[in-house]
Order: sequence, then C-alpha cells, then structure tokens
Amino acid sequence: MWAIFKRELKTYFNSSIGYIYLAVMYGLGGYQFYSIFSRGSSELTYVFSFICNIAMYTIPLLTMRLMSEDKKLKTDQLLLTSPVSIGGIIFGKFLAALALYLIAMMQFVVYILVLSAFDKPDWNVFLGNFLGLFLLGAALIAIGLFISAMTENQMVAAIGCLALTIILSLFDSIAALMPNAFLSSVFTQLSVTSRYNDFVSGLLDVSHILFFISICAVFIFLSIRVLEKKRWS
Amino acid sequence: MIEVKNLTKQYGDKRGINNISFTVNEGEILGFLGPNGAGKSTTMNILTGYLSATSGVAKIGEFDILENPMEAKKYIGYLPEQPPLYLDMTVKEYLNFIYDLKRCKLPRQHHLEEVCSVVKIKNVYTRLIKNLSKGYKQRVGLAQALIGNPRVLILDEPTVGLDPKQIIEIRNLIKNLSSQHTIILSSHILTEVQAVCDRIVVINEGKLVADDTESNLSNSLSKDRRFTVRIEGEIEAIMKTLSKVEKIAHITEHGEKEQGVYEFVIEGVNDCDIRREVFDAVSAAGFRILELHATEMSLEDIFLKLTNGTAILEQAAQDNADDAEKMQEQKASEEEINISDAVELGDE
Repeated sequence: MWAIFKRELKTYFNSSIGYIYLAVMYGLGGYQFYSIFSRGSSELTYVFSFICNIAMYTIPLLTMRLMSEDKKLKTDQLLLTSPVSIGGIIFGKFLAALALYLIAMMQFVVYILVLSAFDKPDWNVFLGNFLGLFLLGAALIAIGLFISAMTENQMVAAIGCLALTIILSLFDSIAALMPNAFLSSVFTQLSVTSRYNDFVSGLLDVSHILFFISICAVFIFLSIRVLEKKRWS
Repeated sequence: MIEVKNLTKQYGDKRGINNISFTVNEGEILGFLGPNGAGKSTTMNILTGYLSATSGVAKIGEFDILENPMEAKKYIGYLPEQPPLYLDMTVKEYLNFIYDLKRCKLPRQHHLEEVCSVVKIKNVYTRLIKNLSKGYKQRVGLAQALIGNPRVLILDEPTVGLDPKQIIEIRNLIKNLSSQHTIILSSHILTEVQAVCDRIVVINEGKLVADDTESNLSNSLSKDRRFTVRIEGEIEAIMKTLSKVEKIAHITEHGEKEQGVYEFVIEGVNDCDIRREVFDAVSAAGFRILELHATEMSLEDIFLKLTNGTAILEQAAQDNADDAEKMQEQKASEEEINISDAVELGDE
C-alpha cells in the first residue's frame, strides 16, 4: 500500500498537475487572505469558504487519473497481480490524493499564525473550518476515486466527478422541492453542505464527522467492488 | 509447481477457455502455443490472479490463486502481453517501485543491479521509460517480472514486436533463466516454442489440443512431408518429370520465382520422404534443383495434424453453415429495405 501511495504522490509532482494544483490553491487562498488582511479583518472563515468552493471544482483534477490511467496503460495488470490486496491499492491511491489536498490546506496554518501575531484568533472556528474542509475534501476524493475506477478515460472521470459534486451540493435545494416530508428529510440528512456549515460555525458534531468518514468508506468500498467485478466479468 | 485443473472462463455467453487442465513441474519451461484469441492470455491472466475463472482450480506451488491469492502471487513474476510500464517514470524509479510493491526482502541495490545486468538495461537505467524503444520497454517489463526472484515466471508473448536480433537475445535469456525459475511462455509461433520450451501445450479456441514434450510433438509434426522445391528448366517438362515420380501425391505450382526457375510444393504419398526420388528424377531429366526445403507448417496445419482434422473441419463446417445463415438473413433484410424504399418512393 505504501509503495502505491509513494508512487502516486510522486506522480503528481512528476507531471505538472501537482504544481498547478498547489499554485491555484495557494494563489487564490493567498489572494483572499490578503484581501481580508488588508481590510484589518481576522475572519478566516471567508477564506475557508472561498477555498471550499475552489476545492469542490478542482478535486476532480486530482482524482481523474488515479484509477483510469492504470486501466489505460494496463498497469492495473501489474498492480492486481502483485501481492497487494485490492483494498491496499485503492487506499494507497486515496491517501496519495488526500495528502496532496492536505498540503494545499496547509496554507491555513500559515494564515492563522500570521493572524495570531496581531490578534488572539478564535481557535474553535479555525479548527472547525479546517476539519470540515479536510473531511469534505476526503469525501469528494473518495467519490472521484470511485468514478475514476469505472472508466479508462480521464476526461469522463473528471466530468463525472464534477457532476456528482455539483449534484451533491444541490441536495439542500432538492430537499426543498420534495413533495413529501420523508423524501425531503432524506435529502437534508444526506446534504453535505448543511453539515459542512456546522463545521464552519465552529460546531464539532461527532455525527457530522462520522457522516463524512462514512462517505469515504462507502465510496472506497464501492471502488474495491468495481475492481473485483472486473475480475469476474 | 503449477497445477491447472478443468479451468473454464466464460465471458458473457462466449467461452474464453474451456475445461483446460495441465501441470508444470519445477524448473520446466512450458510453451503455450495457439493463434490469436485462442485463450492464451486469458489462461495466463487467471493463473496470475488478474482474472477469476468461472470454474476450475489454478494452483501455484501449494496455494490456490483464488483462495490464497496473496501467498500465491508472491511466487509469480508476470510479464503481460503489453508490458505494464508507467511511462512517466525512469527505469530506476520504476524498478524501485516494483521492489516496494512486491515487498522484496533481498538487498535492494544489489538485487536491482543484478536484474538489470541480466536483462541488459543498465545503460538506460536513468532514462524515462516513455523514451525507450520497444525492445528496451519489453526488457524493462521482463526486469519487472524478475524482481523479487519469483519461482514462477509467466511470460505472455515476450518476443512480440522485437527485431530478430532481440528475439534471439530474449530467447537465450529465457533459457538461461530456466535454471532458477519455472517458466510458462506463450507464443503463436511454433518455432519459437520449439526453440525454447521443454514441453508444449497447444490450445485453440479455448480448448486444449495437445500437451506433450517438445521432442514428441516435433516428431509427430515432422511426419508431414511437404517440401518446397525450386527447379531450373522448362515448366511443362518439369511438371511432366515430377508427375512421373510415383511417391508424389500432390504437386502445386507456385510460378516462376527467378529467371527460368520455378517453385513447386510437393507432398509425398502417406507422408513418406520423397527428397531422394525427386532429386534423382529431376537430375536424370537434366534439370537442376536450386533449392529444396521442408515447408514450414502454419498453425492451421498443426491443429489439423494434432486433431486429425476432425475438430477443425467440424468447426469450419459449422462456420460455413453460420455464414450461410447470416447471408440469408442479410439478404432477407436487404430485400425488406428495398421494399420499404420502394414504398417511400411511391408515397412521394
């Protein structure tokens, strides 16, 4: 599993995608931070919510080639015939994308340190935002990984993941449109955005944390099944 | 070392392989011979755990590949038909990755150097894989299979796409490897498996056609006495002379190949050796034989020979019947279209 993790992380930086991703995240985050900082505000929440939006649209770029490239290059034959479990393969790749995402998120540590030089920051809000953004990213990466496992075309993987992300972000408004209370509550419960908003306000709810971890687990499990199924068909 | 029992793989309603059984002993090189689409790769993919069989058992060492895949896979080095290379890595990075992936316990530096010198890729060790030639890519693929010193090597058409010099090198390499490894190798070229393998398994359309030692198989195949002969002289006179030779069952004329030199394919009665008779007759008539050699058998010939023609002929008959049926259906549908066209035209 660690061999795969290492290779995937290295691949991000062998190709330009890792650098481009970090440049976009740092550049936009830095710009947003500068704009609040120059106003004399210490409200990092704006920066967080801005980066959250960016993350939703850029995570497909991180996940699109994770599984599909192996299929295309036939290197899946190498991975699946080596003494590593399918779970190990998937988890290694998941962690690699998550690691790059975490590196991108590290900019917030810099911001909070800068702010703490001037003012006593609200650590609860910061931790809530940080954890929320991290968990949201992890869930989206798991979804992207699953879509990538189903195709050998990177573009299809990227667009599929993007579409699913957008649909997921619309769950609140879909819930409002539902004719009956039960269906509406199903969508509200599954809504990523409403749970994320709780993190933003500094509210650490265990059920929310579990919700995001469950999304990761479900989609990682589904990815494993996709590879398993390929062996049998 | 390897045991395959009643292996069947079903792709939807198509049978990839059908009830294949064979065993490979320790230190043996087994050749897997069959035309494209015969099921060679499918069998190999099942043996290595990439695909699962619909039914049947495949065992590597004492481990079943389905029940105990992790243990079984540790024994195997696999070179698939298309070498599984990450093009954006250097050879060094790639082999180090494989070393980690296989959780190899041998001393890293020494082992990697050893593998590289065996397959002769030391001079490209620091280059990007995507910039390597096909031959070198194949060798890097082979190096990948060798890492961890697995007891079993499974090589799917290892010489495809290489130039003749490289083919000979890879063949020699495989022969040398057999002292320490049990090897299964697939090919659709008879001479290749004859040159390298101790035992040959022939499959066609997913079925096992033959499983025999190389020498037995060669003997039974060499009974086919067909020769290509080039004779200088007048075509009609040569034909007359040849047709007088009693033991010749069949003569096919292939036309003028050089100025005044004609090529024929001749076949003896009851597969008997007719080289001497042909030589005597031709020289007695005052012509010169410029060339005389046994005609190489095509894979179709081999299957015909091994199955005494029955299976293939049945298949051919079946295919013909299918084709005829299809033709008829097509015709019918074309007629329908014509009719509907006519109706449309009429409407206008």
